[in-house]
Amino acid sequence: MARLSYLKALQRALADEMARDENVCVLGEDIGVAVNNVTTGLLAKHGPARVVDTPLSEQAFTSFATGAALAGLRPVIEFQIPSLLFLVFEQIANQAHKFSLMTGGQAKVPVTYFVPGSGSRSGWAGQHSDHPYGLFAHVGVKTVVPATPEDAYGLFLTAIRDDDPVVLFAPAGSLGVRGDVDMDALGPVPLGVGRVHREGTDVTVVAVGHLVQAALGVAEQLADQISVEVFDPRSLYPFDWAGLAASVNKTGRLVVVDDSNRMCGIAGEILATAAEEMRLTAPPKRVTRPDGAVLPFASELDLAVQPQQEQLLTAVQEVYKSSR
Amino acid sequence: MRERSDMELYRTMRLIRRFEERAIELVHAGEIVGGIHPYIGQEAIAAGVCAALRDDDVITSTHRGHGHVLAKGADPVRMLAELTGRATGLNRGRGGSMHAADFGKGIYGANGIVGAGGAIATGAAWAAVKEGSDRVAVSFFGDGAVSQGVLLETFNLAALWRLPVLFVCENNGYATTLTVAQSVAGSITGRAEAFGIPAVSVDGADAAAVLDAARDAVARGRAGGGPSFIEATAYRFDAHHTWEHKARVRYRSDEEVAAGRSRDPLDIHGVRLDEGVRAGIDADVEALMAEAVAFALDSPRPDPAGALDHLYATGMRGRNGIGLLDTAVR
Ligand SMILES: Cc1ncc(C[n+]2csc(CCOP(=O)(O)OP(=O)(O)O)c2C)c(N)n1
Ligand SMILES: [Mg+2]
Repeated sequence: MARLSYLKALQRALADEMARDENVCVLGEDIGVAVNNVTTGLLAKHGPARVVDTPLSEQAFTSFATGAALAGLRPVIEFQIPSLLFLVFEQIANQAHKFSLMTGGQAKVPVTYFVPGSGSRSGWAGQHSDHPYGLFAHVGVKTVVPATPEDAYGLFLTAIRDDDPVVLFAPAGSLGVRGDVDMDALGPVPLGVGRVHREGTDVTVVAVGHLVQAALGVAEQLADQISVEVFDPRSLYPFDWAGLAASVNKTGRLVVVDDSNRMCGIAGEILATAAEEMRLTAPPKRVTRPDGAVLPFASELDLAVQPQQEQLLTAVQEVYKSSR
Repeated sequence: MRERSDMELYRTMRLIRRFEERAIELVHAGEIVGGIHPYIGQEAIAAGVCAALRDDDVITSTHRGHGHVLAKGADPVRMLAELTGRATGLNRGRGGSMHAADFGKGIYGANGIVGAGGAIATGAAWAAVKEGSDRVAVSFFGDGAVSQGVLLETFNLAALWRLPVLFVCENNGYATTLTVAQSVAGSITGRAEAFGIPAVSVDGADAAAVLDAARDAVARGRAGGGPSFIEATAYRFDAHHTWEHKARVRYRSDEEVAAGRSRDPLDIHGVRLDEGVRAGIDADVEALMAEAVAFALDSPRPDPAGALDHLYATGMRGRNGIGLLDTAVR
């Protein structure tokens, strides 16, 4: 067992894939000096033909990666801030994502879009604090949000090896997470397979990304009153519906905690599917950002808009108490 | 006349310099959360351009926006309150460093997205023309921004429709760690010239030179002569962002930084002033900044219950994040 941080896990995954497959290349801003500490050492090792510092032309280099992928490469793009994904939504949702179907299966676009530090970074305000994973899940782009170092490693590997476009969100709140990891057991984590971090029998909490830690905290706080099962979907699209059903059919109760906007968010999709297809014995709840949230700058406002552990705790208690 | 404008230019630059230095202290003290992109070294550009503007002219700014916002006339006291996240701030603590704005002074805001302000300024210029006003709009942006497609699309619209907009590219040599040589094919002024927009390069460390160029461009805009472009070269004395003070990224040699800092815009222009006058301005600015820091730190913090106040101009409210039946946050 060794201590591994989430950030180091990402770094290692990218380094390992670049060493393993010479078609893997990485594009992005300030990646040569590794301002985000993920591409560390890669320029020195692989040179500027595979580690490409780009001008500030996100729309161009995102579709440039599509072209390179269509021609056989396996590009990884690092985006400095999550809202840059809004800038390149056309290039991902309307170009990269649609090639396979529109060409009748002639083409594949194995590009990984990767955001180290999604969600709030405290004090980065309205244009740097979004968590738009639900948008990509909605249009059907494969979307992963790892919560632990080993999953960060494994899902990054899988994303790079996958023949379709994959967006990987590494929440800012997860980058510092550390875990004891069996280094020899590190390996790809399949898409669409969730993970139960803690077993329980009363309430299933589905937590996305950094909120897995909050969910584990709540499960611990409530341990002598309510038995909470913590389910981490790991990938939002594809989603592990069977894994969720196994949990919800056991507990009969569901709370989802998701650091993105409530309206049309991933939490809503999870509740809807559970309501349609699983055996719920109490009305489910979700804890999310408010509708249409824009993160305000001041710390207390920024925090007020993000889902908090106490809110999750209250929601779990209420769902536990309520019955149809 | 010249003397007065010399004093004003110096005063604006000194205010920006001391504002930034005090702000950096507050970042390190934990009073400004999220850090700032310091404008130190580029003061002559904001001061020179804004000295050619009227109160009703419009500007759009960038992530490195404090200098522009101050030079266009925002109150430094309320600006610092904004940076410290106070309810008394220009944006009521909602925007912070990267979104500071003061619409009463034509300041349409700093902006967190590189290259985003150009089209916004151009739209404001169009509105001025439709209204029959001779207002102009100015968009400040960095050398990094000239590689954003939206800016090039904007040059086309501005030139095609002869709009009174001035594009000011602050070439400080770097976009974060990327050099201009690594990012710009052709030349910066060539980008504008390709659309028939008159473009000049000026020494952005010399406020008087910047002011001269800006006056020409603004006069052309007001007279219906269409857009102009100024490339102002200067050196960013400090970090790209204050996170760099702790991080180990290295992309500029000590010699380069020392050479860059040796051309200090405050000295280049300061020598044009009588020493006593200069000392008097310095003392005034010092007192103003002391007041600003005290006001900011004494000001109330915003109430979390109103976190999403102003989300909609109409006052519309969406649902909170925990459900309509819950009472914890209503
Ligand atoms: C569209 C976009 N891409 C990337 C970023 C991240 N970023 C913020 S500032 C910056 C560098 C900007 O360089 P430049 O335009 O030269 O302005 P300077 O920082 O030198 O003032 C980058 C890459 C961003 N905010 N917006
Ligand atoms: Mg620059």
